[in-house]
Amino acid sequence: MRRIHKVYGSGAAQVKALDGVDLTIREGEFVAIMGPSGSGKSTCMNLVGCLDVPSSGDYLFRGVHVGGLDRDALALLRRHFMGFIFQSFNLLPRVSALGNVELPLIYEGIKRSTRRARAARALRSVGLAGREAATPSQLSGGQQQRVAIARALVTEPPVLLADEPTGNLDTATADDIMTQLARIRAQRGITIIMVTHEPDIARHAQRILYFVDGKLVKDGTPAEILT
Amino acid sequence: MRLLDTFVMALQAVVRNKLRSFLTVLGIIIGVASVVAMVHLGQSATRTVTDEIASIGSNLLFVVPGSAHRGPGGLRTTAEPFDLADAIAIEREVPAILVAPALSTDATVVIGNANESIPVVGTNNHYFAVRNHGIAYGRAFENDELDAGAAVCIIGATLIDEMYLGQEPIGTTLRVGRTACRVIGVLEEKGQSMGQDRDKIIVMPIKAVQRRLVGELDVSTIYVSALAAGSTGAVQQAIESLLRQRRTIAPGKDDDFYVRDTQDIARALASTTNTMTILLGAIAAVSLLVGGIGIMNIMLVSVTERTREIGIRLAIGARARDVLMQFLVESVALSTLGGIIGLLLGIGGTWLTTSRLGMPFLLSPAVMLLGFSFAVAIGIFFGFFPARKAARLNPIDALRHE
Ligand SMILES: Nc1ncnc2c1ncn2[C@@H]1O[C@H](COP(=O)(O)OP(=O)(O)O)[C@@H](O)[C@H]1O
Ligand SMILES: [Mg+2]
Repeated sequence: MRRIHKVYGSGAAQVKALDGVDLTIREGEFVAIMGPSGSGKSTCMNLVGCLDVPSSGDYLFRGVHVGGLDRDALALLRRHFMGFIFQSFNLLPRVSALGNVELPLIYEGIKRSTRRARAARALRSVGLAGREAATPSQLSGGQQQRVAIARALVTEPPVLLADEPTGNLDTATADDIMTQLARIRAQRGITIIMVTHEPDIARHAQRILYFVDGKLVKDGTPAEILT
Repeated sequence: MRLLDTFVMALQAVVRNKLRSFLTVLGIIIGVASVVAMVHLGQSATRTVTDEIASIGSNLLFVVPGSAHRGPGGLRTTAEPFDLADAIAIEREVPAILVAPALSTDATVVIGNANESIPVVGTNNHYFAVRNHGIAYGRAFENDELDAGAAVCIIGATLIDEMYLGQEPIGTTLRVGRTACRVIGVLEEKGQSMGQDRDKIIVMPIKAVQRRLVGELDVSTIYVSALAAGSTGAVQQAIESLLRQRRTIAPGKDDDFYVRDTQDIARALASTTNTMTILLGAIAAVSLLVGGIGIMNIMLVSVTERTREIGIRLAIGARARDVLMQFLVESVALSTLGGIIGLLLGIGGTWLTTSRLGMPFLLSPAVMLLGFSFAVAIGIFFGFFPARKAARLNPIDALRHE
């Protein structure tokens, strides 16, 4: 990312969510994005995840200029390269755990039986075997987040993006989720970019980016930043 | 994304919200049901009318004195009545026809211990063929009975039921007015037609009615049947020019009689019922349109409600067109469902109504297909706007939506 700016709104209501960010994330890195509320953490993650495009500046994802892509191309990038986890889980209500995990595969056009098998395997890998039929309202927060992880990973994307994945969970459950993520990274060598404001959570990462007012102010290892 | 999965997804959404889905499509259900029922009932009414007219006699012409412009009221004008000579002339001059001169009146007949006024028709033996009302058993008139105006009669089925209670009527004597008539035959049963019991009738030789009941030598109607189907137009013209001659009507003056074709009457009545059908169908179609607006309304609400869901779908790789298809297929699924239920209700309603009214139960595939495809088209049309709204959402904004 070079000289990335992201501006929301227009005129007097304009907000500079990101203000000239230069950033390179290498494949396989585990990066935590930290900073005070409203500092642009989520905005940065959304740009990296191709949910949105920068207002100005260049973002190259594997050599591709993301800024020049149309909506459908962005959707395809997300479909094949990104997995998302959100603070509020963002599962489809009233759809079973299996149905939720299956969803990205539906958009890939994979046939039903294969889909089911892969979704069930993904659920098993996050320790939710036997809960396939449960709807989100029948699951605890930690279980819901694990369903979300399964959904993010079922397409086997090279990049996992997590926006405060433990923000709605108690400490024990948060640790459990972090263990899951660490294990997945160890198994698959996946790139993880995680927004958090909890130092204990950020400590799991290799590298921490610290944002203040839309600017990247610190970039280093947890040992350097969390002192 | 595969089409089948899109359908499954849409159906799941419909089924997940059963009550809401039902209420959403209620308008479509009512619309399709009323279109289907109205048009079918209209067609059935048209058929009833044309069938009844066909049962009066096909290729039948009524020749009646009076002015055609005054319609049926013209029957009682001062126009010169016909006599038997007119009928004989028509039979002689116009080829390939059957002619039945008739004089109708009412006569008092004793039924049980009550007097009842019964229509009596004086005519000849062609009447049975021309009016499509044959003799069930017994015999027709004999020539000497016709020539002499003998007091013989052929009676309708209702009279048999009411007077003879299952006893043999042939050979008995029936008092018609002040004349004692010998019963020689019984007519086929015809049933009700346009509120009249067509089996409550007595047929006698025309001379008997003229002399014994009416006391005049008039002919009130000359029934003419063209032997060849579809030739009534030529026959009608021939009769008209013949009668103008016989009645010495100067060229340019209006006829003082008129010739009417049953097919004319059938066409006129059929076109009236058709107009009614189209009108009612159009009103029903408007209700279908209102049903479509109902679908659009609910789908718009649904898109707003499910903004976050749309955001999730976009985040995990759905393209705008996937979301568009999802919502479009959903509204089409709803309207198709409504179309099917409406179709069934409409057919049921038609069946119920026709069986109550004794009309024929006709189903027209064209009407059903039209009503159904109109419903589906409405689903596409009114579903498109909400679906496009969903597809245009920005993933970030949709995910931030509360
Ligand atoms: N979609 C948006 N529309 C308008 N303003 C936004 C939008 N997203 C973020 N912002 C604004 O941009 C700034 C940075 O937001 P964000 O990246 O969400 O911060 P963080 O995640 O660090 O709390 C905030 O001031 C926020 O109000
Ligand atoms: Mg945030």
